Amino acid sequence: MTSCHVVKDSIKKVAIFGGTHGNELTGVFLVKHWLENAAEIQRTGLEVKPFITNPRAVKKCTRYIDCDLNRVFNPENLGKKISEDLPYEVRRAQEINNLFGPKDSEDSYDIIFDLHNTTSNMGCTLILEDSRNDFLIQMFHYIKTSLSPLPCYVYLIEHPSLKYATTRSIATYPVGIEVGPQPQGVLRADILDQMRKMIKYALDFIHNFNEGKEFPPCAIEVYKIMEKVDYPRNENGEIAAIIHPNLQDQDWKPLRPGDPVFLTLDGKTIPLGGDSTVYPVFVNEAAYYEKKEAFAKTTKLTLNAKSIRSALH
Amino acid sequence: MCSLPVPREPLRRVAVAGGTHGNEMSGVYLARQWLQAPGELQRPSFSATPVLANPAAAAACRRYVDRDLNRTFTSAFLTARPHPDDPYEVTRARELNQLLGPKASGQAFDFVLDLHNTTANVGTCLVLEAASNVFALHLCRHLQLQSPELPCRVFLYQLPGEESYSVHSAAKNGMGLELGPQPQGVLRADLFTRMRALVAAALDFIQLFNQGTAFPAFEMEVYRKVGSVDFPRTEAGDLAGTVHPQLQDRDFEPLRPGAPIFQLFSGEDALYEGESIVYPVFINEAAYYEKGIAFFQTEKFTVSVPALPALAPGPAP
Repeated sequence: MTSCHVVKDSIKKVAIFGGTHGNELTGVFLVKHWLENAAEIQRTGLEVKPFITNPRAVKKCTRYIDCDLNRVFNPENLGKKISEDLPYEVRRAQEINNLFGPKDSEDSYDIIFDLHNTTSNMGCTLILEDSRNDFLIQMFHYIKTSLSPLPCYVYLIEHPSLKYATTRSIATYPVGIEVGPQPQGVLRADILDQMRKMIKYALDFIHNFNEGKEFPPCAIEVYKIMEKVDYPRNENGEIAAIIHPNLQDQDWKPLRPGDPVFLTLDGKTIPLGGDSTVYPVFVNEAAYYEKKEAFAKTTKLTLNAKSIRSALH
Repeated sequence: MCSLPVPREPLRRVAVAGGTHGNEMSGVYLARQWLQAPGELQRPSFSATPVLANPAAAAACRRYVDRDLNRTFTSAFLTARPHPDDPYEVTRARELNQLLGPKASGQAFDFVLDLHNTTANVGTCLVLEAASNVFALHLCRHLQLQSPELPCRVFLYQLPGEESYSVHSAAKNGMGLELGPQPQGVLRADLFTRMRALVAAALDFIQLFNQGTAFPAFEMEVYRKVGSVDFPRTEAGDLAGTVHPQLQDRDFEPLRPGAPIFQLFSGEDALYEGESIVYPVFINEAAYYEKGIAFFQTEKFTVSVPALPALAPGPAP
């Protein structure tokens, strides 16, 4: 029988980032806890480094100080000459890139998990940046299967213009972990437990892979970003309508043409236009009001991964 | 217990404040809406004034700029000599005191309704200083009767001997309206619609009173603050755990001695060590982490509220 699996190098260096947004508290407190008590995240032969990425924002319990750290890991910002005039997060991005990158180099970390919360009702979500990444599709399949019957969704942000320069993108395998709903500045025990399990299963997967376990071909369902939808606004740019009660908390559920989307402040319903069913995500996320995003439309598709195993065995 | 005197004149000067905390969005958006279209706040006997209480914090979508505006209406802040280095909210409190007060003066507004949100699962929570406020308790009763299917609880927050410090304390009378749960910086349609209906019903009540309606005596369950409990903390002052899943979202439900209240990151539970049943409220409110409050303990009791007599018929307008 011809082997059609993909052989990959074993994983050596993993980082777990918390506090990339300083008011998303689950990652902040998991990372702080692991900095003091690392046993839970240690696996034989693997370096796992917990790290607070935006300490000043964490201290102030705010998303960021000057600009969104999770949008500045592009060559332009990473290449800027260091000066006191640079936004704090751009300077910090360069420090992080030096510690865990450099991005797109051989020295960069193998995997970075970046821990986030959302005010949207998204449950456990894994964010994938590349649809052809067999290793991460296998990892996400493992996490989804391990968490079941708790649902775990995969959000694919591969898009020519909507993909953004994430903090985790300096690693060979970037993994976004997003769990909600949780208000900014609040730490909920149920959300903490879910995120902790996602990390545990992810590390178990890496451990199994490094030990030589072969993962057979698999398929996962993913939700791929199509477009971001802003709030309806008045002539002054102020929000004139809010998420309709029928859409609130309905992340990942089919939204059909004609279904209510917004409710204007004077009580009128605005339905979904177009002629195709979409799957909304990040519905009514607090941090996206300023980014002019009421929700994002996704389409559902299946990704396949080839069999993988580690090169060491 | 001595009761606050009930009004003997119609309430003509009424205000509805939103955005006292700039990231509590129901009030921020309602106040902005009413500043553009105040018709909704008009009644035959009065027109309520919409107030965006902390515009700088609302613009930045933050609770406050320098300090909590809703803790700044004490005589120390209101009467100190103004200084250019004063915190923004101290200056703003003096401005609002000019508009709505001066506090404890005959020129002050008759009633101020102050709109808030919380991340805690309090549902509709009517916030009064004390049970001596007979007029406000009648207003609460009226609101409860509007939608009896929804829980609508009365929370008395003033501790014995404590000076009043809230925005509505600038007026002769007033109360806070808290709706939750809603994350900071998020506007939910269900809570927005609910708050709008509650404000309309409150103004309707004042109209009924102004036009000579009498309200009979009744008994009412209230929750009075008796203390607060902080999160478990490390030696450095960081959180060592968070609200236990069995307590999270259980505002106004009885908490018994020995029940778990916190889950430590190490996996252990911390238990409630009080000696009697309390009713926790504002459980896991985002803004109270910095105040060292994981929840308030309240005691539940029943108050007998005397009748609110009709106003004597005045001269025809």
